[in-house]
Amino acid sequence: MIRFENVHKRYPSGREALRGISLHLERGEMAFLTGPSGAGKSTLLRLITLIEKPTRGTVLVNGQNTSRVSRRGIPRFRQKIGVVFQDHKLLYDRSVFDNVALPLVIIGLGPREIARRVRAALDQVGLLGRERHAPITLSTGEQQRVGIARAVASRPDVVVADEPTGNLDPELSLEIMRLFERFNEVGVTLLIATHDLELIARLDRRRIRLLDGQVESDLAAEAALP
Amino acid sequence: MMAALRRYLGLHARNFGGALGRLAGQPFATAMTVLVIAIAIALPAGLRVLVNNVGALSGGWQGAADFSVYLEAGVSADRAREIADGVAERDDVETVELITSDAALAAFRARSGFGETLDALEHNPLPHTLVVRPASGAASDVEAIAAALEAVPDVEIVQLDTEWVERLRAILALVARVVDVVTVLLGAGVVLVIGNTIRLEINNRSTEIEVTKLVGGTDAFIRRPFLYLGFCYGLAGAAVAALLIAATLALLRSPALTLAELYGSNFRPAGLSLDEAGVLLAGGALLGWAGAALATARHLRAIEPR
Repeated sequence: MIRFENVHKRYPSGREALRGISLHLERGEMAFLTGPSGAGKSTLLRLITLIEKPTRGTVLVNGQNTSRVSRRGIPRFRQKIGVVFQDHKLLYDRSVFDNVALPLVIIGLGPREIARRVRAALDQVGLLGRERHAPITLSTGEQQRVGIARAVASRPDVVVADEPTGNLDPELSLEIMRLFERFNEVGVTLLIATHDLELIARLDRRRIRLLDGQVESDLAAEAALP
Repeated sequence: MMAALRRYLGLHARNFGGALGRLAGQPFATAMTVLVIAIAIALPAGLRVLVNNVGALSGGWQGAADFSVYLEAGVSADRAREIADGVAERDDVETVELITSDAALAAFRARSGFGETLDALEHNPLPHTLVVRPASGAASDVEAIAAALEAVPDVEIVQLDTEWVERLRAILALVARVVDVVTVLLGAGVVLVIGNTIRLEINNRSTEIEVTKLVGGTDAFIRRPFLYLGFCYGLAGAAVAALLIAATLALLRSPALTLAELYGSNFRPAGLSLDEAGVLLAGGALLGWAGAALATARHLRAIEPR
């Protein structure tokens, strides 16, 4: 589903964020991306969402080589990927409903289908009945769940999350991770960047640790070991 | 197919509604911007209405191309009537109106307010006058009649009334050209004002643009609300401009009618016709759209997710 082949990313400043990354995420897999700040986690996710392109090597998402996607093709490419941000990136001048509906409006669904899918997504994150609220009136954890509902509303095959629990206490963080696991159970491929080692210790999932732009370790989930 | 079209139109309707909502959401700022646009549109449009009116006025006179024939002082009323009948028999003359000196004095007394001064005069200083309207307006015909009339005994002066009309028309042509230039300049001004307003709006909504790009919004999708916003600004500006012109004309109507009456004209100042109002509104909306297109083309690309 997501494949990196000897990927390098060098910024114009000369800093090498990624140095020869190779990894492969199967369809339906859920993995954590860990490592200290500046190890390249964010850069790796930005290559998947096509905010940036690799300097060298190949990034394949859903069989598509991101280097070959033209500027005009980027929107269509991104429509198939759900993204969750540390700071939620909600639009505070709109209701919860309109925030979750945004990707569905973009892909051109009709109003009735949009309403149906928004309610389904909000139901999955436990916020059904809050759709008329303004995001600002929700707690941080609830806002993050709105962000997750928006990421999954268009039913993408891949969801990437950059420090989705960065601002949450341990209980809420675990709740969010359980939410991701539920999406994974219905076949969504997930890659979640986090530096919260305590949290991922409580979840038996594949762990990819980056250090200085390289894969330092790649540990499969214990359940998957022979 | 129909469903897709309906969705597409629904999207546009929502964008249009959203633009109106945005304008209504900040009424003061919107009013200021719309007023600036309205004045920039009303100025050339109003001048154009003015030129059209004066043009219509001089056009009416040009068609007539009347001349005034002043008889010598001391010619009797009977002799004047005889001359008038003689002129009226000419084939190339359409009508002749005789204004006797007494009638002229009465009219002058009524309009000038010099009644008592006129009473002090021992005799009427005004001559009999013939107002002659030629059958054709062609310059050679008019000149032939003028020459013939000058040869008639007891005629003192034949005065062609068309020369100043020609000059007025030349001036009007010049003014019309100036109005063209002003129209282009202020039209460009409207595009820039709206472009700048949209640029500020783009800056205010950069988060929204960034998020929309991240979840796969196409450039067209992101651009559309801003184009509608520019469209609404232009349309509203043009509508207010039409109101400004109508209000100005209403203010000018009464003095203009008095003036026209003093000149014995049944001229009525004309406002914007329905067609012209339509062109004004469409033009305003188009300028607004163009300003927004300019701003989005320049500034949307700069906002990329980071």
